[in-house]
Amino acid sequence: MLVLRGIPASQGIAIGPGFLYRTTFSVPVRTTVADPAKELERLHEALQKAKQELEEVYQNALISVGPESAEIFNAHLMMLDDPDLLESVEQKIMTESVNADAAFYEAAETYAEMMQALTDEYLRARAADIRDIAARVVRILQHISAPDTKLSRPTILMAEDLAPSDTMQFDRSLILGFFTERGGTTSHTAILSRALGIPAVVGAGALPPLLSEEARFILDGNQGELIIDPDEETLKEYQKRQQGQLEKSRQALATAFNPAVTQDFHQVEVVANIGNLDDAKNAIANGAEGVGLFRTEFSYIDRQVIPTEEELVQTYAAIFQTFGVHPVVVRTLDIGGDKEMPHLRLPQESNPFLGCRGIRLCLSREDLFKPQLRAILRAGVGVNLCIMFPMIATVDEVKRGRAVLEECLAELVSENKTHHPKPQVGIMVEVPAAAVCADQLAKVVDFFSIGTNDLTQYTMAVDRGNASVSYLVSALQPAVLRLIKQVIERGHEAGIWVGMCGEMAGEPLAIPLLLGFGLDEFSMNPPAIPRAKEIIRSWDTQQARLLAEQAINCVTPAEVEVLVSHWIHPVESA
Amino acid sequence: MISNEIPIKHPVGLHARPAALFVQAAQKFTSKVTVTYNGKTVNAKSVLAILSLGVSQGAVIVVNADGADEAEASNALKALVDANFGERL
Repeated sequence: MLVLRGIPASQGIAIGPGFLYRTTFSVPVRTTVADPAKELERLHEALQKAKQELEEVYQNALISVGPESAEIFNAHLMMLDDPDLLESVEQKIMTESVNADAAFYEAAETYAEMMQALTDEYLRARAADIRDIAARVVRILQHISAPDTKLSRPTILMAEDLAPSDTMQFDRSLILGFFTERGGTTSHTAILSRALGIPAVVGAGALPPLLSEEARFILDGNQGELIIDPDEETLKEYQKRQQGQLEKSRQALATAFNPAVTQDFHQVEVVANIGNLDDAKNAIANGAEGVGLFRTEFSYIDRQVIPTEEELVQTYAAIFQTFGVHPVVVRTLDIGGDKEMPHLRLPQESNPFLGCRGIRLCLSREDLFKPQLRAILRAGVGVNLCIMFPMIATVDEVKRGRAVLEECLAELVSENKTHHPKPQVGIMVEVPAAAVCADQLAKVVDFFSIGTNDLTQYTMAVDRGNASVSYLVSALQPAVLRLIKQVIERGHEAGIWVGMCGEMAGEPLAIPLLLGFGLDEFSMNPPAIPRAKEIIRSWDTQQARLLAEQAINCVTPAEVEVLVSHWIHPVESA
Repeated sequence: MISNEIPIKHPVGLHARPAALFVQAAQKFTSKVTVTYNGKTVNAKSVLAILSLGVSQGAVIVVNADGADEAEASNALKALVDANFGERL
């Protein structure tokens, strides 16, 4: 039995066989070949094979992700055919008698380094493309077959790291859980697994070599552990826990469509965080009463051009219609210099998390902001529509954002285009400045939604992805809890509603506290909704308020957890 | 040999789709075609070489064509860039 410890990225327990997804190859060692002409032949065979593979990947991608995202593989094909690259590889083989693997690898690496040195974000992404094709060709030369992506049975998917282009290729219904050697809680794997409600452990370090896929694995997404070849006792214990969880989620799902009303008849809204139409359907299936956070970045990622207003109208309308009369909170574009989006040509920043992102970017880029606002308004006809600005720090930013929105409304009127006449306008409270000045901001908006992930990161001055300071990352830190309490109070004093769309809103231990603070709307990943509603129904707001008052005086997150667990315990065992 | 100075007006410069189209157009001719920018001269039929020039919007490149079909090559490449790679800006 071997236990690997990583970061718990998505809750739940998975037990089953593993599937090792390896995309890596070994860096070729330079050797001298006896027959360069034969080596050249070997190279051309490998290139031919690489082209066939890429053609196939390209055709598959055309269907699964559409022509624009698939274009990248076409670019790979072109690079594979590049006369300059081939010339330098052939020269190495013929004049220096270098083996083909090393020759191709070295030549490609020279180009990759050249591109990277140009400090242009677009070209740095191309450096990755060149390395990608080099990996493919070298892998073929080393007689390693293309990584298999066909799952034949329910499996725990294990990899060094998984990019969207990797996970796209698997049948998700057969994935029991994710394990990655690298990555943090905001990695693609972590976000995807939470959205799917599948357990995940990330950043756990290297798997042992010579790992058999036939071994039995236990993936514990609650503790962040992967247990390889568990002994009988451990296995039994985990099977029992898994059974308990299944039972609980089955019970929760049975009542997921009932409202979340506390013991003393106080109703709160439980809504979903979504990013696309699949999430929207999943939200409805789990009993969501609307959307508390519609992340709109999806339309801008992994593509070559900025989406048009018409395209956005189509995308938004399909999602809005899923929710009928329920409210939908749309967050306007929330990106910054940390995202690889060459088509947006965002300037490079030394500290993108404190740079021109969210509303700051939108206010400086009306070519992005206005088409999006117009599309939201046009798609929002007859929808219970709320528009939310991210990264707000000052009242002035809200006023400027609202002014652009007014402009868009006026344009649509004069163009005679049907649109939503008056959406609610709110803000994400995620910058500490906004939380501190919540009383001022509450006067210029219709609602607040607290983004606890960023609020925690900015308040505690920690990078969530940095393992050496991760002990500070908790929304239960007293500083964060106090800010949350204050934001809710200031909002209510001004007569506006306050929601939360950070991870915290769906965490069983945090829900009672938030009820006690008076939170009106809880927005979370769809799979968390049934359980959250159950927890809310088990509480009395008076009791929750007492609990919250005590929690606010705790000195550490651990103290808060102990306190809440102690209160919950009798409820849980009932 | 025919030499042409061509300004790049496309917002992404000679990157991405424009670079691919430019290289594909150059590959249609047998003449030797080069692009000079910022003191560096590269093979116009190599997408990697073109990308490594880092030509952005507003730059002026020099395209040289030398060979049997140099006039056709030179005209075709100039026409492609002047038409902004077939995109409406």
